[in-house]
Amino acid sequence: MTDAIRVYPAKPDKVYFFGTCLVDIFYPDAGVAGIQLLEREGIEVVFPQDQTCCGQPAYTSGYHDQARAVAAAQLDLFPGDYPIVVPSGSCGGMMRKHYPDLFRDAPQAAKAESVAGRIWELTDFLLNVCHIHLDDLGEPTTVALHTSCTARREMGVAGVGPRLLQKLKNVSVVEQARPEECCGFGGTFAVRHPEISTAMVTDKVQAFVDAGAPEFVTTDCGCLMNIAGHADNTRQPLTGQHILSFLWQRVSATDDGDRV
Amino acid sequence: MTQVSEADHSPVKSFHPRAREALKNDQLRGNFRNAMDGLMGKRTKAFAGWDLEALRQLGAGVRQRSLARLPDLLLQLESRLTDNGIQVHWAEDGDEACRIIRDICVERDAKRVIKGKSMVSEEMELNHYLEEHGIEALESDLGEYIVQMAGETPSHIIMPAIHKNTEEISELLHNKTGTERSHDVNYLTASARQQLREKFMQADVGISGVNFAVAETGTLCLVENEGNGRMTTTVPPCHIAVTGIEKVVATLDEMAPLLALLTRSATGQHLTTYFNMISRPRQPDELDGPEAVHLVLVDNGRSGIYQDDELIDTLRCIRCGACMNHCPVYTRVGGHAYGTTYPGPIGSILMPHLLGLDETRHLPTASSLCGACGEVCPVKIPIPDLLVRLRRESVDGDKLHASGVQGHGSKRSRGEALIWHGWQWLHERPGLYRFAMAMATRLRVLQPSRAGAWSRSRTTPKLASKTLHQRVGERARTTEATSRPVSGGEL
Amino acid sequence: MKSRERILKRLHERRGAALPMPELDFSVLTEGRNWSNAEKLDRFQETIESVHGEVHRAPADQWLDTLVAILKARNARNLLTPRRHSLGKTIRESGRSDLPTLLSYDQPIEAWQPALFNDVDAAITSTRGAIAETGSLILWPGPDEPRLMSLAPPIHIALLEADCIFATFPEALTAQGWGSAMPTNALLVSGPSKTADIEQTLAYGVHGPKELIVIVVGASAA
Repeated sequence: MTDAIRVYPAKPDKVYFFGTCLVDIFYPDAGVAGIQLLEREGIEVVFPQDQTCCGQPAYTSGYHDQARAVAAAQLDLFPGDYPIVVPSGSCGGMMRKHYPDLFRDAPQAAKAESVAGRIWELTDFLLNVCHIHLDDLGEPTTVALHTSCTARREMGVAGVGPRLLQKLKNVSVVEQARPEECCGFGGTFAVRHPEISTAMVTDKVQAFVDAGAPEFVTTDCGCLMNIAGHADNTRQPLTGQHILSFLWQRVSATDDGDRV
Repeated sequence: MTQVSEADHSPVKSFHPRAREALKNDQLRGNFRNAMDGLMGKRTKAFAGWDLEALRQLGAGVRQRSLARLPDLLLQLESRLTDNGIQVHWAEDGDEACRIIRDICVERDAKRVIKGKSMVSEEMELNHYLEEHGIEALESDLGEYIVQMAGETPSHIIMPAIHKNTEEISELLHNKTGTERSHDVNYLTASARQQLREKFMQADVGISGVNFAVAETGTLCLVENEGNGRMTTTVPPCHIAVTGIEKVVATLDEMAPLLALLTRSATGQHLTTYFNMISRPRQPDELDGPEAVHLVLVDNGRSGIYQDDELIDTLRCIRCGACMNHCPVYTRVGGHAYGTTYPGPIGSILMPHLLGLDETRHLPTASSLCGACGEVCPVKIPIPDLLVRLRRESVDGDKLHASGVQGHGSKRSRGEALIWHGWQWLHERPGLYRFAMAMATRLRVLQPSRAGAWSRSRTTPKLASKTLHQRVGERARTTEATSRPVSGGEL
Repeated sequence: MKSRERILKRLHERRGAALPMPELDFSVLTEGRNWSNAEKLDRFQETIESVHGEVHRAPADQWLDTLVAILKARNARNLLTPRRHSLGKTIRESGRSDLPTLLSYDQPIEAWQPALFNDVDAAITSTRGAIAETGSLILWPGPDEPRLMSLAPPIHIALLEADCIFATFPEALTAQGWGSAMPTNALLVSGPSKTADIEQTLAYGVHGPKELIVIVVGASAA
């Protein structure tokens, strides 16, 4: 859980965009979609080219010295007092919730606090800060939503995805069984405990298929890689994409998402 | 337990193979899935209409206050109990607690002990110890009775026999007690009632756990449904209660919210069938109840946990089991895979202190850090944060914050450390990172289709043709050309 | 006493920062529960019935009829009653011929344990009140109503005064001043003895009573 009561700022003129490493090399369309949705709201998007990774993989593996070094390299990228938006609950959670802990007793503590306080999960930002208006131009379709555990529990934005999808008049949303249960990704967990992780993602894919969803959308690329990768591997009739790619397709009537 | 196998002492060696075994056992997985679904649903229903966040805040506050005053409350508890005629004993560890209990038994010439549910006694391996010293120790909680008969350990702290189905239990009762085979749970239960009533009458000593020890009044509180706890603490002439030193609360008023949280979190009950509060041995004008009551306060590593500003939150635990019920890993592998007294998320943050991180180093990794445990914890223990803390300790991964848990650093391997050093080296050099990622995407036709454990059950994701860094850079150049607002630059 | 001193020393000499003593707000336990007596009774009944308790409402002068009917329906051969409590007197002095054999818990348990465990069909006890929210009876066993009375026989019948139902446990703790007067044993009883240890299937009477029957005295029938 993050802040008990979150105070949303007024819609700013400018934001920083932290793209995350998974979006960077596997799902750049989701990043571009996020940028376009923000620009459509009249917000100038600053993408610091020196960004790399939030540090989470090393952090959750216990290698905090390495996580801190990489995180420290990100702290200087956001000098202006603008919100920092992140197209991921996981990286957002790392930066918002764990940076203060990671940099406790470190010289960068104050800077880390400042960055942490400006972090927003991007769908939350679009809904609750931009009050985004979504004109659905797409064909009728059915999707299910997977809100990542970090989006749900660290960023506290479980209500955001459903409300965004609700705005799309030609999209019907079906709910899978146990929507709040983890898909089994968990970063290095999937590699350290592959059998358990597989058991979890098997159930998750089955839940989508049982719900009659041909496609799912999600807030996080880790979950996307995991769920869609397993569905593909087991030849289940399920594809997935980042919710930002999906939203952009619906409002721009294009189909340039990296659906997997 | 009548036997504790060697493997139980080596969770470090056994977690992976045990988890794999459990995953292959469809029936076991089905049992756990159904049971956990049921418990989660009941919990949600039990808290309907409550301001759960406020209640959890209150519960956490009560536990924090109890811990802040722990030594003083223990002294107050001791003094009240002593005034009330209950003898208090202190044990540094499980072995000493076992010896104290044996000495009480020997002094009373007690040969037969009947037990109510007590996780601390499991932690101490008390039954095993007593049997070795010629004292029969019989579990009376139906689930524990079954598990003991099977020579196993509990697979859940609230529902010890949850891994077994009716048929297995029927067969077990038949083989061990001669009970006729039946799928009628009422019949099996009634038969156990008869057998255990005899045992209660013959028992020289009753041993129970404690859910809350109230310092103000010198009261031992026990939560239960079956009535075996009341039997254990009433029928034999001597009652020995055993508990961890952290279970003390200041007042009855502070106990009340913990009770409200405990039963609803554990089994979704507004209250269990019995809430049993014991403050004295039998008084001269009373006609039943034990003439002697003892309390054994067990440290067993708790005062060590108490020293650390973060880890101390572990001691808030009121043993409801909600973190297990909601854990997607526990639900898949069940309690025995962990190989520890306390399984699931709470076990993974508690057992390293009791056994050492070297013995338990896989436990903190047996979590996807999904946060479900922390979300439902009635006393708001930040379980995921503590898992990360223990992961860090297990590899000595933080020069800024020293490791302190026994066995820290035992999971650090040169290979893995090297990987993270390499990862750091690349990710703190943005120019190099951009170049490397651009090269990777350019050479993506060479991407291997398999990537270790990951791709055993998943298609490996394909690298994009261009990175987001590149895409944004290109957009910035085109927008500059058409004089739209600049994206992609530094301010 | 060495362990005691060592443990306390470690706790007293704790390293690290001062531990927080957060202010406690107990209002969440009682807020929105200003129920009338009738509401409390309804809620008590609904909650205890949801866990297999049985509730009968009887006017003050008719509870004996209710009791007789309950015992008859179960073919109870005998009934264990308190010796001194007025409810025991009322039963014994009623002179009714339709009551089963009346028994008293008038000797230490050691003297009649097998009989209590095997031969008593039902027991009736008083209560110190009830808790509406959790559907619980408050029992303070004592010399007149020993602890096993409400535990050993397969049927436990409890008499509850209708105007003695508290909304919540904290309310009962305060109203009855528990903090300064804890008895040897205090109990909250919420239904009959039960277990779900065999494949989550509920079974009643595993160790204690299979049936818990509450006669609410002084309540108009629902």
